[in-house]
Amino acid sequence: MSPPPVIDLPSPDATAAFAASLAPCLVPGDVVLLDGPVGAGKSHFARALIQSVQEVPEDVPSPTFTLVQSYDTSRGTIWHCDLYRMSGPDELVELGLIDAFDEAICLVEWPDRLGELAPESALRLTFTPDGSDPDLRKVAINGGADWTGRLAGIAA
Amino acid sequence: MADTPLTLLGLESSCDDTAAAVVRQGDGPADILSSVVHGQADFHAAFGGVVPEIAARAHAEKLDLCVIEALDKAGLTLRDLDGIAVTAGPGLIGGVMAGVMMAKGLALGAGLPLIGVNHLAGHALTPRLTDGLVFPYLMLLVSGGHCQFLVVRGPEDFSRLGGTIDDAPGEAFDKSARLLGLPQPGGPSVEAEAALGDPAHFAFPRPLLDRPDCNLSFSGLKTALLRARDQIVAEKGGLTRADRADLCAGFQQAVADVLAEKTRRALRIYMAEAPSVPALAVAGGVAANRAIRQALEEVADQAGVRFTAPPLRLCTDNAAMIAYAGLERFRLGRRDGMDLSARPRWPLDCSVPGLVGGGRKGAKA
Repeated sequence: MSPPPVIDLPSPDATAAFAASLAPCLVPGDVVLLDGPVGAGKSHFARALIQSVQEVPEDVPSPTFTLVQSYDTSRGTIWHCDLYRMSGPDELVELGLIDAFDEAICLVEWPDRLGELAPESALRLTFTPDGSDPDLRKVAINGGADWTGRLAGIAA
Repeated sequence: MADTPLTLLGLESSCDDTAAAVVRQGDGPADILSSVVHGQADFHAAFGGVVPEIAARAHAEKLDLCVIEALDKAGLTLRDLDGIAVTAGPGLIGGVMAGVMMAKGLALGAGLPLIGVNHLAGHALTPRLTDGLVFPYLMLLVSGGHCQFLVVRGPEDFSRLGGTIDDAPGEAFDKSARLLGLPQPGGPSVEAEAALGDPAHFAFPRPLLDRPDCNLSFSGLKTALLRARDQIVAEKGGLTRADRADLCAGFQQAVADVLAEKTRRALRIYMAEAPSVPALAVAGGVAANRAIRQALEEVADQAGVRFTAPPLRLCTDNAAMIAYAGLERFRLGRRDGMDLSARPRWPLDCSVPGLVGGGRKGAKA
């Protein structure tokens, strides 16, 4: 298998533009896992994606405290989740996340907490800050063959 | 106010904590007869933040015990109450539903009126419970995941002047502590380190000060701290205690400066209403930070406005504020039926439209 494509996002604006270009490809039932350390731009990406598909863009506050924030968008309901504070699979079921994986578009920060519950069909974006350029983020795009086709033209 | 004495039971289960309380008000200030909170404070340190209590079942089980304990401590039974107030949102839906179901059961069983309360209204009305503030007052609400300026004109009349467009300050403190290897919760540990450091040693940005509005942003500060840390590590191969203290001091100063300046702007808007007894209330963990509190007190002082900060136990999630907010709604004649539903999203001020890159309504905003 070839390594996942990696794209350079040289600025927060570039991250926002990438998010906005991805949004029209998403449909309910899609799960996007956002990997990367604190400050890598995961929330910024999610915020830009959500606001790009809202008729009237609204606040997209960090979900760290509330765990989940949901939004009505032109692509369907989007769940923005932060699993940092979660400790086990039982909690993910209680949260309604597993059902939401089928019914909504889910953007999931700290997806390592999902363990085996991470859907195989998910698109995984791994954000890596660059040591030399403070604004640069490298994003590895990792999905199945299905995603490769759907994202053609975006992550070229 | 010559009102008949009212005694309400309040229930709160919209996020991490489960709580019940009994509040009574006759002529004069309200009394908290009991306030029981079953939280998870013991686990805070281990997980870099608060471990969430998301299970509706767990809330439901604890609510029973909280209600019994709250009534016991107040020396009352359900028969002595005038109504049941409950948080009907915003928050995690499972928890809110557990509270609403419990309240409906109690109201139906005891033949008492049911009053649904907005969790944020509970926070926003707390300065009336603790300090008897008169409407309108300016509120800086920084609790858990939110941070906003509200002009509070009545028990159901709130105007939002602005708020954070990303992280809440408490969250920024928690994440900064995490980045610097300091214990959770981050507020106290960053403050303790900051006391040993030089706030001018590292330059931190002052996000959104260039914009004239009352919106705030703290996410960039966290990133700036991360960059400064990585740069030091790259240069020296590690972080000295002095570096860490300086980073904390610089970060805290930036938060204080931004909050102070935005509070100054919010006060200007509020004072244009010519309030009869001008007051600024700061509710939330941020008021426990001495540097920030001092900065905000100075701003209030310069504006000739009374400053108050309710005690922290009434700023974190509790049911006394819900019982009290219910009491205020009760006096307005508000009652809810058995169709009261749990609302995951419920902004206090629906009148303000969203803005690109910084709209208005989050689930908890």
